[in-house]
Amino acid sequence: MELTTVWFLLVAVLFTGYFILEGFDFGVGMLLPVLGRDDRQRRVLINTIGPVWDGNEVWLITAGGAMFAAFPEWYATLFSGFYLPLLLILLALIARGVAFEYRHKRPEASWKGRWDQAIFWGSAIPAVLWGVAFANIFRGVPLSADHEYVGGLLDLLHPYALLGGLTTLGLFLTHGAVFLALKTTGDIRERAGALAVKLGVGTAVAAVAFLSWSLTIRSSAAAVVLAVGAALALLGGLAAARVRREGWAFTGTAVAIALAVATLFAALFPNVMPSTLDAAGTLTATNAASTPYTLKIMTWVAVVFTPIVLAYQGWTYWVFRRRIGVQNIPQH
Amino acid sequence: MLSWGFQVDALDVARWQFGVTTVYHFLFVPLTIGLSVLVAILQTMWHRTGNERYLKLTKFYGKLFLINFAMGVVTGIVQEFQFGMNWSDYSRFVGDIFGAPLAIEALVAFFLESTFIGLWIFGWDRLPKRLHLAAIWAAAIGTNLSAYFILAANSFMQNPVGFRINPDSGRAELTDFVAVLTNKVALVTFPHTLAGAFLVAGSLMVTVGLWHVMRNRDSADTGAYRFATKLGSWTVLVSSALVILTGDIQGKIMTEVQPMKMAAAEGLYTTESPASFSVLTVGSLDGSRELFAVKIPYLLSFLGTGDPNGTVQGINDLQAQYASQYGPGNYAPIIPVTYWSFRFMIGFGLAAAAIALLVLWSQRKGRTPTSKWLLRAGLVMPVLPLLANSFGWIFTEMGRQPWIVFGEMLTRDGVSRSVSLTEVLTSFTAFTLIYAVLAVVEFKLLVRYARAGVPDVTPQTDDDTDDAERPLAFAY
Repeated sequence: MELTTVWFLLVAVLFTGYFILEGFDFGVGMLLPVLGRDDRQRRVLINTIGPVWDGNEVWLITAGGAMFAAFPEWYATLFSGFYLPLLLILLALIARGVAFEYRHKRPEASWKGRWDQAIFWGSAIPAVLWGVAFANIFRGVPLSADHEYVGGLLDLLHPYALLGGLTTLGLFLTHGAVFLALKTTGDIRERAGALAVKLGVGTAVAAVAFLSWSLTIRSSAAAVVLAVGAALALLGGLAAARVRREGWAFTGTAVAIALAVATLFAALFPNVMPSTLDAAGTLTATNAASTPYTLKIMTWVAVVFTPIVLAYQGWTYWVFRRRIGVQNIPQH
Repeated sequence: MLSWGFQVDALDVARWQFGVTTVYHFLFVPLTIGLSVLVAILQTMWHRTGNERYLKLTKFYGKLFLINFAMGVVTGIVQEFQFGMNWSDYSRFVGDIFGAPLAIEALVAFFLESTFIGLWIFGWDRLPKRLHLAAIWAAAIGTNLSAYFILAANSFMQNPVGFRINPDSGRAELTDFVAVLTNKVALVTFPHTLAGAFLVAGSLMVTVGLWHVMRNRDSADTGAYRFATKLGSWTVLVSSALVILTGDIQGKIMTEVQPMKMAAAEGLYTTESPASFSVLTVGSLDGSRELFAVKIPYLLSFLGTGDPNGTVQGINDLQAQYASQYGPGNYAPIIPVTYWSFRFMIGFGLAAAAIALLVLWSQRKGRTPTSKWLLRAGLVMPVLPLLANSFGWIFTEMGRQPWIVFGEMLTRDGVSRSVSLTEVLTSFTAFTLIYAVLAVVEFKLLVRYARAGVPDVTPQTDDDTDDAERPLAFAY
């Protein structure tokens, strides 16, 4: 396989990992005011992701770094082109990350309330905007022949992109609710499970509509199979959530997110950022790539370190596998 | 669109944003680097001796470390995105080389740091003691490792090596990755930066320890604070020696690879051999004439070349040389900025070391310091090396100007062409506002938790509530 194809796959894998992992973090953050009826309950929710959210976010840093190293043109065009959405995502991630660490540092309700807002908006904004961003990457944006983004903010906000945003919002909410049902005990577990099913039905409609629309824009046999798989995984996950098989439900939503992302990347290949104007502006895995020498070095680094990272991150989830409930929340 | 009586363009704002967000990010980085190791050392001492004093200090300084760590993490994400957002032509030009250390930093260092910090924070009752200790060490190693990769990337901008310019695309391409990682600028900047970080971390440890030693003389924990004060002071002294040693080597390398930066550090306009070091120079307003100067003869030659009679090139000669090499243009950085930031870096760093000496002296043979002035000096202590770190970065980045990659690309050619002034102003304003608010919040929390003192670490009575009912050892 060409190294550029390997790195196309690796970038896809990194974003998939990011959306699966931070997807449920975002879901938990957005469900904070819904499922957390008092401070103790809200602390239960936050502590289900407490030990892992930071490691989950590094998937984004690594995806960004991998894009920069392997496809500098893609990184440069995407990040300068999607300027304001990325700015909002950054501001959201800043407020949210600090909120997790600072919320419990003072007892006042007003203090905690402000950080709860930061967690909610800091999760909701990226949950929508990542969908908008990926829908635009997939559909294509106005790029000049020398790969500069020549559109404005409004060129990124069209019905297809908004449906993309709605889809990631729904997927992350459902995924988060399922995760909470899996990681908590008592009342929160019950309510999270019930909510997951309700959210999941709406999400399934949005996701099927979005993926179908996507496949009318560009498609391949593999992409169709993956899209059908994503829909089936989501429905399977919802069925499992309905009968309170929480482990299977979580597997279902995780696989659904993975296959949905895979659908987009599969249909996109070999393009990485199509131009809606001049075809010469289209960025591909070949014309956006670094030199074979750089890709070879990066491949070795990835081959050696990715399994190590997966091993210790997986182990962390094992260490914190226990469910928690209000009885486990200390006074301070 | 904006009429302010002077011209502001997207390039200016992008530069200001990079400066502000980077200096701000680096207020938190030194503490993260240094304190992670110091906390790991404290926990190791507890592990070895079983003395509760070290456990108390581990938890106490661990809390201050985490308050700071959160800020370092979130402001770090901005750094990685910013190259693409504001400096996309720079990213295109160097991506083949520059992206690799950034990606490796994330994969090798950030994952290690963030995953094990989570295990350490929440793992007090979940992990065997030995593994829990290993977790803080793994996080500390990840943090220190990340510094290496990002400094290797930065060193390429100061002294590009291991590349060629592709004549077809006009872009820099990697030819020797080992050369990039073993860039002599990187090899010396790494220990210099780490030592500077420990200067900050040691200072914070002194400040907090000393305050408690002097405020609560009869507290049962005075012994613990005295120990922290000493550990912090020795950290400051050892690291300031290392800062000086590595800084000296850096000066010689800089004279060789970036002679303009060395000349700018000194405001040396004409080539001199031997060259004297200016401790303080007051020049005429246009900077072309000296009015008053305190100089140490031979010192600059010695710092720059290792030979007291060595030749140090002056700004005017270098300017003429670069103009003939790269074409017409101004190749000198802003001299007052480089001149003063270089001196502030050295001065603030030395001041912290001097206070550490005073603190150690005041506690000799078990004495308790009483001087009000010492307490005041102790309280400002962490600010001094923080300023030294900031000025060091301002010096090294401003001293590279007008280049973004020395000799290869001008900063003005690296900026994003597709980003408008309005967009970059929006982002600069937004970051400045949120950073300002968070700075106040962070500082207040640090003070609050520093005042609160070491926690009670008496183990919870081991009743027979089963695991599922027991409160977590730590929860957000």
